[in-house]
Amino acid sequence: MYHKEKSIQIKNSASALYNNLGVLRIAPRSLTYFTVVHANVVNMVSASWDGLNYSHRQLQSKEPNVATSTSLIMQAAFCALPSRDLLVVTSQKGIQIYESDGSTMVYWHALDTPDTPTDQAVFARGISAVGNSYICVGDSSGSILVFDVPSKGSNITLSDVLKGHKKSITDIASECSGSQDCIADLISADDGGNLCVWKSGEEFQRFNNIPGFDISCTSVKLWKGTAVAGYGTGQIRLYEAVTGILHAEVNAHARWIYSLDIAPFSGLLLSAAEDSLVRVWHLSIKPESLSVEVAHLHNECVTDTQICGAKFCDGDGHAFAVTGYDLSEIIRYTQS
Amino acid sequence: MNGIVGAMFSKDFMDELLKPQQLYSHRTLKTVLTRIAHASIMRLNPASMDRLYELVVMAFKYQIFLCPRPKDLLLITYNHIDTIRELVKDTPVVVNQVGETHRKIIEVYSSLSEGEFQLLRQTLLIFFQDMHVRVSLFLKIQVQNPNGRFALSTSGPVPHGIDVPGLIRTFDGKGREVRRSEFPSGGSYSSSVREGCFELHGDRVIRLGTDMYTVNHPEETHTPKHTFVKTDITPNLLAKEELNLLARLMGSMKAEKEPKAETGFWINLFTTDQEEEEAGASGLAEEPLFEVIHIQAMQDEQVTTELARIAGQFAEEEPPGNLNSSKGDDLLAMMDDL
Repeated sequence: MYHKEKSIQIKNSASALYNNLGVLRIAPRSLTYFTVVHANVVNMVSASWDGLNYSHRQLQSKEPNVATSTSLIMQAAFCALPSRDLLVVTSQKGIQIYESDGSTMVYWHALDTPDTPTDQAVFARGISAVGNSYICVGDSSGSILVFDVPSKGSNITLSDVLKGHKKSITDIASECSGSQDCIADLISADDGGNLCVWKSGEEFQRFNNIPGFDISCTSVKLWKGTAVAGYGTGQIRLYEAVTGILHAEVNAHARWIYSLDIAPFSGLLLSAAEDSLVRVWHLSIKPESLSVEVAHLHNECVTDTQICGAKFCDGDGHAFAVTGYDLSEIIRYTQS
Repeated sequence: MNGIVGAMFSKDFMDELLKPQQLYSHRTLKTVLTRIAHASIMRLNPASMDRLYELVVMAFKYQIFLCPRPKDLLLITYNHIDTIRELVKDTPVVVNQVGETHRKIIEVYSSLSEGEFQLLRQTLLIFFQDMHVRVSLFLKIQVQNPNGRFALSTSGPVPHGIDVPGLIRTFDGKGREVRRSEFPSGGSYSSSVREGCFELHGDRVIRLGTDMYTVNHPEETHTPKHTFVKTDITPNLLAKEELNLLARLMGSMKAEKEPKAETGFWINLFTTDQEEEEAGASGLAEEPLFEVIHIQAMQDEQVTTELARIAGQFAEEEPPGNLNSSKGDDLLAMMDDL
């Protein structure tokens, strides 16, 4: 179904972090941007679709105007809003927002980091654009910071702090940006496996809480009102987001799932785990029974590699890319 | 052995170690390990210490990388502690120290969630990134591949608490299962074995952290010239904090026996320089990237007694400077005099 393509070499190897691959497709310029986190650096590659041009850039996690002090990066992800695309980098010290090509930092938000380390880790993790102009970022205390983003420039403001989680945020996802209307358009997950479902707006509303089983939900997606969540038990669970009804449960992997992605136009689901396997599934919603069916389509084994990032490169799922811990390349697969 | 264990498990040192802190750099860790190794009558020259360090770090990487579930990090730790306790069982003072440390570790770490252990593990994995030193024992028992990467199996028992992959269950609106289907897992997994014991004593079940040398054999480490990419992420401020930490650690390490040059002796784990060159030259034809270094860790009792006798006859020798010149040299040199 898929075959391996030529890999993209990156400057350093990927670190073992959940959802450690960012992808942004820039159709007007026939380019795709990729981001892979290595310790305190984000490796960015801009790849032309004809496979001939690759340019690299590295971003460091640091406060503006402070020469020293870098901290470990937890996640880097692209946020595609109707008016602009941005790159968000979250670390142990704060949140950085860049223009999508990584050329300029437009915003810095510092976390409340204590002077000497305490036994509670402090960091930001979980990044998603939502609605017309919001970027949501989670943190280690379970809070979700909501940033209001103007269509141009750097006048980004912190407009809300959502409380719904008691454990560290692991991942945040959204759907229905722009014109579509949804009951709920944002979902967040934490280290206890709990999911919160929200509706964005001037005032964000919490619609539902789907409790977990004390095992981290490491990656979550929202698609046609269905929450798709991956856990440290290697399971994928599909819930109806607003009601919390469990549609399906898959014993998908033998180790912790590190990344999930959905191709929204085709309903293809990608799952990747520390067990070295990437799996492709198909989700279909049956309107008569209001149920969701999961069908398994394809496996890829990345030998001896604990996978940490896997994403579709386009909305149909025609191609996907994979990163693994200690691997200095982005592996790509295309539909045959 | 008692010297090393006694120094490492001293109350002050352990208290310092168990404080919340950032990840060490390789330089700091190597300095700490060198100091621990020298807390006995053994002396290693810098090149041997480098090789020992690589061996230790690769074994450590293997255990963290293959740890089945994040909280099994504790079981691996307890395997180490159990073995150490056995090694020093004839010295009650040291046994007590080990026991105390074990209790403290249980106290500090038992309440962490799986998610927090995974974060701990992910942070440790950063430390090991890009190290692919090949260890002959690991290659021989096939836990490591010739490219230096560890083998990750897609068969065998799944970790405790995880289900064997392959099942899809679908439910209706009332939570009743309406369908089951299977998919090919691409591996051959079996159900998990029982869970290991997290108490002071008990069967840990998992083998990681237990003795990997079941048979005595000479070990070799193959060191590719440019394998270890130095991740120099230490700007000035960070290095200063690290040195402060190092100073505190060194200050709290009280060696059981102060190293005296008269009773010490230097081990050159290498054959003569000429032999090394020859080995390097001959190895060039097949493996242009590697220098073959032979370390003979002999376990023969007769030989070690003989060594001890010879040690008494060794003349005092100035220890070669074992730190590369970089910032903080003076401070570190001062600490060596502690």
